[in-house]
Amino acid sequence: MSEPARFAPWEDPDAKPLIRFRGVTKRFGTFTAIDGIDLDIFESEFFALLGPSGCGKTTLMRILAGFEDPTEGSILLDGNDLAGAPPNKRSTNMMFQSYALFPHLSVFDNIAFGLRRDRLPAGEVRARTEEMMALVKLQDLTDRRPHQISGGQRQRVALARALAKAPRLLLLDEPLGALDKKLRRETQFELMDIQERTGTTFVIVTHDQEEAMTVATRVAVMDHGRIAQVADPTGIYEAPNSTYVADFIGDVNIMKGRATPADGTVSIEWAEGQPALRCATELRLEKGVTAFIAIRPEKVSISSRRPGNSPNAVAGRVLDIAYLGNVSTYHVEIAGGQVIKAQTANTDRVARQEFTWEENVWLYWSETAGIVLER
Amino acid sequence: MRRLLIVAIPYLWLLAFFLVPFVIVLKISLSDTALARPPYFPQLDLYAGWTGVRDFLSGLDLENFAFLATDALYWKAYLSSLRIAAVSTLIALLVGYPIAYAMARANQSWRPTLLMLVILPFWISFLIRVYSWMGILGQEGYLNQLLIGVGIISDPLTILNTNVAVYIGIVYTYLPFMVLPIYASLGRMDESLLEAAEDLGCSRFQAFRLVTLPLSRPGIIAGCFLVFIPAIGEFVIPSLLGGSGTLMIGKVLWEEFFSNRDWPVASAVAIVLLLILIVPIIIFQRNEQRRQEAES
Repeated sequence: MSEPARFAPWEDPDAKPLIRFRGVTKRFGTFTAIDGIDLDIFESEFFALLGPSGCGKTTLMRILAGFEDPTEGSILLDGNDLAGAPPNKRSTNMMFQSYALFPHLSVFDNIAFGLRRDRLPAGEVRARTEEMMALVKLQDLTDRRPHQISGGQRQRVALARALAKAPRLLLLDEPLGALDKKLRRETQFELMDIQERTGTTFVIVTHDQEEAMTVATRVAVMDHGRIAQVADPTGIYEAPNSTYVADFIGDVNIMKGRATPADGTVSIEWAEGQPALRCATELRLEKGVTAFIAIRPEKVSISSRRPGNSPNAVAGRVLDIAYLGNVSTYHVEIAGGQVIKAQTANTDRVARQEFTWEENVWLYWSETAGIVLER
Repeated sequence: MRRLLIVAIPYLWLLAFFLVPFVIVLKISLSDTALARPPYFPQLDLYAGWTGVRDFLSGLDLENFAFLATDALYWKAYLSSLRIAAVSTLIALLVGYPIAYAMARANQSWRPTLLMLVILPFWISFLIRVYSWMGILGQEGYLNQLLIGVGIISDPLTILNTNVAVYIGIVYTYLPFMVLPIYASLGRMDESLLEAAEDLGCSRFQAFRLVTLPLSRPGIIAGCFLVFIPAIGEFVIPSLLGGSGTLMIGKVLWEEFFSNRDWPVASAVAIVLLLILIVPIIIFQRNEQRRQEAES
């Protein structure tokens, strides 16, 4: 009992998933929005569906809510098949991207709407609604109409309304999409806090990778109706399983070339006249196959002199400098024309930026900085 | 200067085409009938100076309004008009709401066509359209021919020259005024509201009752007044389609003017009708104002 148990039910083979997708496919005419998805989501998870627009993430959520029926496959909630259950008969609730607050009802009546449909006694409805309003800190707005409150407050009303019925599963469709960046940051943490306090299972749909990484216990990266990878945020970032995932999450340098395996490492010949790049990997690659190395810019160091004994070092010329305040990203052009990005943290306020445009520099990184990918 | 002109134009319009005629009618309603041309008395004689004005003013009285109160025909006609207008409005609402609802729920690409179809009858003269109903509803009309031909009835139905024909005529004529505002309010509605309602436990019908209906209320109110207000004073439809039993104030007014040649009483009838209409018009205006405020 030295440290608290890590929350990772997906690693436990005996854990029963709350939601189980089995071969779920959804076609609209000839267009396949969802293509044979198998996925387990566990109780109390904060699960993010991440992908570019049109990747099918919203369709997947609408299938969960019951607004769309899968063309093939089935979805089990607590082991029961959801097929044919209309939205009003499911113990799932949804927070809509547009919030979909009822404009003719007050904040209180909006939140109480679902409770009243269950024919609960008036006292119970009032108590639960007030509890929800306290949870999202809206006690002072009871009688306001949705058009009389701010965007951030509307977002809270929508969340409280969706949570009021204590659903087994709460679906959030781009819940923070309409908020400005600063408010979005704050709200992300509130969302995590509320998820933890209520213990509700959250499934969030977002195209904002930063948001997904911040809030989620696990992230599913989607691509053209398929799931490209499911992993916890660290796994998605540090161990992507494809260049698609690596490229979608954060910034990355991808070098393509021919592999030459050695003991525990792979050398990739990636450009004419450049030394092969060495990278540690557990993959067993055939000699001569095409492979990729993906390296995050913050793992690439930059220096004006040739580094001593680094396994990977390339020379180049500074093309562009992106100063973001906390970090600076150098775009360095290598002899063959390829551009590699290197990032340095600006740890001192007065220290001058070391490098300038057109300057000749060296980039170097360790064997374990990058990851070898087959596709 | 230009701003003054822009403000002045609607007021001048109102003055020339509403206020001046209204004052003339009001003056006639306070006069006495006379076998003369024009057929009422007194006339204002400006050449006589002050005495002329004094004589003119002393000749005006409320006799005609008192007369309206004594003869049961008039208040019965007012009440009957209100009833026919109210029933027609209700029928128009029951027919018009589903039409507007279907239009608002129709495929986006179909909506302009459907809207066009609702407006299309306005391209034909109102009078001709009412006349054509005489051909449809008469004893030998198309409707009776059809029903007898199909074998539903053996003797022709008497529809023309009854109140039923008047209802049909009013509902038919004013239906677009009911459909359009309701369609406008339904078309603006965010469909995710209905999904949210269902998600929170509503059946389809409950979602309609708790969300769609309240959100279309401004459209319903607007539509009802747009049918009710002109229907009260309607004259052409009851006189063409209605029978001797159809009592409507518009018809009474016409008969006072042209059959009776009693301009003062006819004017008094018109003034009272206007007073009756002012109440719903004010309510309508306030509803419109609220609707615009809610939208902004």
